[in-house]
Amino acid sequence: MDAILIQILNGLDKGGAYALIALGLTLTFGTLGVVNFAHGALFMLGAFCAVSMQQLLTISKKVKDESITFFDAYKEQPYLEIWWGDAGTVIIDYAVPISILFAIPVMLLVGVVMERGLIKHFYKRTHAEQILVTFGLAIVIQEIIRTFYGANPIPTPAPDIVSGSAAVGAALGLSDALVYPWWRLIYLAFSAVIIFGVFAFLKYTTFGMVVRAGMSDRETVSLLGINVERRFTIVFGIATIVAGLAGVMYAPILPPDYHMGMDFLVLSFVVVVVGGMGSLEGAVAAGFLLGILQSFASMNEVKTILPGIDQIIIYLVAVVVLLVRPRGLMGREGVMED
Amino acid sequence: MMNLSLKNNMVVMLIFSAVVLTAPLWLDPIGANYPDLLQKFAIFGIFAIGYNILFGLTGYLSFGHATFLGVGSYTAVWSFKLFTMNVVPAIIFAIIIAGVFALAIGYISLRRSGIYFSILTLAFAQMSYSLAYSVLTPITNGETGLQLTIQDPRYLDAMAGVAVKEGLPSTNLFGQLMSGYSGFYFCAVMLIIGFYISLKIFRSPYGLKLIAIKSNQNRMNYTGFNTRPYLLSAFVISGMYAGLAGALMAVTDPLAGAERMQWTASGEVVLMTILGGVGTLVGPLLGVGIIKYFENIFSALNESALHEVFNFLPQALENTVVAVTHHFVGEGWHLTLGALFMLVVIFLPGGVMEGVTNLIEFIKKKLGMSGDESGDTL
Amino acid sequence: MSKKDNSQNNSRRDFLKASAATGAVASSPMFFMKNAYAAENFRNAPKGGSVKLGFNVPQTGAYADEGADELRAYKLAVEHLNGGGDGGMMNTMKPMSLKGNGVLGKKVEYVTGDTQTKSDAARASAKRMIEKDGALMISGGSSSGVAIAVQGLCQEMGVIFMAGLTHSNDTTGKDKRRYGFRHFFNAKMSGSALGPVLKKEMGSDRRAYHLTADYTWGWTQEESIKETTEGLGWKTHKTVKTPVGAGDFSQYITPILNSGADTLILNHYGKDMINSLTQAVQFGLRDKMVNGKQFEIIVPLYSRLMAQGAGENLKGILGTTNWNWALKDAGSQAFVKSFGAKYGFPPSMAAHTCYVQTLLYANACEMAGTFYPPEVIKALEGFNFDGMGNGKTEYRAEDHQCFKNVLVVRGNQNPTSQFDLLEIVQEVPRSQVEYDASIFGGDLGPYKV
Repeated sequence: MDAILIQILNGLDKGGAYALIALGLTLTFGTLGVVNFAHGALFMLGAFCAVSMQQLLTISKKVKDESITFFDAYKEQPYLEIWWGDAGTVIIDYAVPISILFAIPVMLLVGVVMERGLIKHFYKRTHAEQILVTFGLAIVIQEIIRTFYGANPIPTPAPDIVSGSAAVGAALGLSDALVYPWWRLIYLAFSAVIIFGVFAFLKYTTFGMVVRAGMSDRETVSLLGINVERRFTIVFGIATIVAGLAGVMYAPILPPDYHMGMDFLVLSFVVVVVGGMGSLEGAVAAGFLLGILQSFASMNEVKTILPGIDQIIIYLVAVVVLLVRPRGLMGREGVMED
Repeated sequence: MMNLSLKNNMVVMLIFSAVVLTAPLWLDPIGANYPDLLQKFAIFGIFAIGYNILFGLTGYLSFGHATFLGVGSYTAVWSFKLFTMNVVPAIIFAIIIAGVFALAIGYISLRRSGIYFSILTLAFAQMSYSLAYSVLTPITNGETGLQLTIQDPRYLDAMAGVAVKEGLPSTNLFGQLMSGYSGFYFCAVMLIIGFYISLKIFRSPYGLKLIAIKSNQNRMNYTGFNTRPYLLSAFVISGMYAGLAGALMAVTDPLAGAERMQWTASGEVVLMTILGGVGTLVGPLLGVGIIKYFENIFSALNESALHEVFNFLPQALENTVVAVTHHFVGEGWHLTLGALFMLVVIFLPGGVMEGVTNLIEFIKKKLGMSGDESGDTL
Repeated sequence: MSKKDNSQNNSRRDFLKASAATGAVASSPMFFMKNAYAAENFRNAPKGGSVKLGFNVPQTGAYADEGADELRAYKLAVEHLNGGGDGGMMNTMKPMSLKGNGVLGKKVEYVTGDTQTKSDAARASAKRMIEKDGALMISGGSSSGVAIAVQGLCQEMGVIFMAGLTHSNDTTGKDKRRYGFRHFFNAKMSGSALGPVLKKEMGSDRRAYHLTADYTWGWTQEESIKETTEGLGWKTHKTVKTPVGAGDFSQYITPILNSGADTLILNHYGKDMINSLTQAVQFGLRDKMVNGKQFEIIVPLYSRLMAQGAGENLKGILGTTNWNWALKDAGSQAFVKSFGAKYGFPPSMAAHTCYVQTLLYANACEMAGTFYPPEVIKALEGFNFDGMGNGKTEYRAEDHQCFKNVLVVRGNQNPTSQFDLLEIVQEVPRSQVEYDASIFGGDLGPYKV
């Protein structure tokens, strides 16, 4: 029973991450009609916002280790700790949450520049050209990050207070053995908040209504004298922020490296398409569905019967869903079908 | 005059064959004249030409064609292991098995169109890759890749009484060994044949129907025209091209690895085709040339090599130039490739081929020739 | 073997040099052939005053930093061979035939290639260096799949391959080749070295749970470690295969929590290991008490880059390495000194093995008095040397595996500097990690190809 419960929790946790990553993609891909192969790179940039903030906070006074003569080895002490003592240590400890504040303006800027400078010229171009240009951009972003940060993953721990596990089972009156890492629970809650936030924004604001109208019939909306272009820029910016925040929060779970975006690219496309093109709800549902199924497929009991099932489950589910439901879970007719 | 235009298949084939077969000569000055790279140009050329039959004509963007490449390689190596080191059976088996895989995957995937089709092909490819890498290791030898061993049975060779030598046997075409330049010429001949078939398809009623599907499939369906058989046959043909390319990879270098089937490998052929020019006959080959050249030559330029290149400059300037350029070559070759993708697609929407066409037009205008017979059909 | 077969064999290897090949297969006995005319006509025989080596390392992809460090070591080795710098290990290696004037009087040059940590790309770039640039020896690599693929190619092409970082038993076991040599240690040796330390620190009554990267290296390591721990009396609770590059391993970690196992063995390398360890620690595994014992995690193969990537999570965790810069012997010190002076930081174990391999190859050429590969191979086979770190070392003739001391290390609890990541627990003597060459099977193949 414990085993099942923890696997459900794990599935939700994975699903939350998948949904959050897919949400940003589906905003650009499913609504603006742009196949954005640089989405993974934006996710990675978010994670590197956390890395940069951590490095900024830990700029250190270097004291040379005299016992080593062949090269310069230092014992480092961050200036924040020197100046502010324990308060400095606490600030450094909270590097990841602090970097959220830093990531929002940075990612918005990246998004707006990218849309105005590049993407807007590609709304009318073929998907093939969109793929090539965004893939090229993704490589360029990646390589620039590598030039500054190297290829090796950089540890970016969560604050100490949430680095351990929460006694979920005990709190719910279930088994004491049911524990789960605090940070992953926070990630789950965080993705829920962001997802609901984006939904509410598109549903209940005038702005959101216009965007949704523009999504389904761009020409008519433009004819009404509404500046759709400006709104699309903002949507792209929001998508970039969502991708970036997904990355920031993921940094403690997966030490960031320059290639992490590519690793998530295929997965995020699968989630969006299984959810159905043009449907935000679909992407979220697909994220959780795939997360939970993947978690269960990885159980030893399942793997014994079907060896290797955990490696292919995501794709297997994608095939089955797309064969049973022609437009994924909740896809709209006519979106990216030709 | 009419007969000498590029509309004539014979003329096209003659020019194409001449260019391909003399590749070692004209690639020499840019440092690309060595067997392995020449073979790779020809092999990936075949892969891209075949891919272009599906993507260029029908517009169906498959993200899983590397599967067929991998299947072709595995089949060919197994043919070497089980039957004979002669490459003919290996190639035939590889094309057939890749065709069967393409038929199965295509039959299912073509039930959907657009992005849904792309993701279905991607899903099949990723499943093949994951299984080949891990669970199917008895068949594929997993990460290490399927290799020949001295103990392989090679029943046909054994029956034919081929002498067993010390060390591994090598692939051959009725005695002619398939490594080095002979391997390249063999691949080149295959490329020319493949190109000819593709040319015929592009300029046939069948090809026109495929293009009609691309421009408006719904209309075709409304007129009572069943597009499925056409799409499926195009899918299978391009899968067989991939199988041939995979087999040739094994012919020139008898090893088959799972990573040949990964999504990045499928993505590579997509990029090659788009970079060169989708739907043009020659474009994909240009794309292959550019990407493979970057991968093999640009990646090998290290700082000392750069100093050699720029040593005609004054010392101070040389150091500056090297300091700047070395970010873009060697370990930075990805950066240059990414930037190139962006530049090409921003300025040449139809890929490199559009640039070539524009250039020809421009020259013709300058020379006062009429532009109506341009190479647009290429 | 008949003479006819050999000449056929030779010409097929090299279409261009077919005419030249006849010399190399002259039937005169090989052991009289030092400097003999026949030895001059082999693939890429050095012409003029220089000899070219090919360094094939990952420059892009997950192991790019490791590849960069390997390349630094190669450049340093070339400098030292040509008599530049402070000479590094050329001052400590013994016996040594090198004179600091290149190799056999020829200046050493090098070309580089990017393996991308993919077998196909690695073979393509090795072929480029052999076919186009005329490299006489190929070295490098940062994974076993690549090493085995390139080693097979080098055997076919008749070019010596000095493996870089490859830890799978298969490299010098099932897939060993006459032209391939490995200085690095392997999974079997990791297991043998860890055994006694594990017994001392964790007792002989434990239940081990393995997470294993689902490919050949992972499997050989799992097998070797299992053999060792079961020899100590440990029970193997479960072995679970995980996909390579999974990123998030949480779905494989959750079942461990209540399994009753008290030890987790991570048969992962590189990024996978960084991720799985980071996540396992987040799940509180290291704070758990199971069966009245402290839960422990073991990472059988360590590298500095992994230690950097895992950060705090690695503190106190046991594993093995091939070499560490903190070693105090003269050879290691000499190497660390010249590497540190040139680059400003200490070398990684990948850099060490690549540096040593280059020197060993060059030295073997000097010993053989020729670059002719079969003679160089014979000089390397069974070569005993010292002064290159790891104590007295032997290149075993039967499988081309080096036997030397293995380091058992632990993530440093209180580092004194940014490089002080691993603390050496024990330098396990060579005698303890030796094994019979025949246990893995495989066949080296012929000297002449």
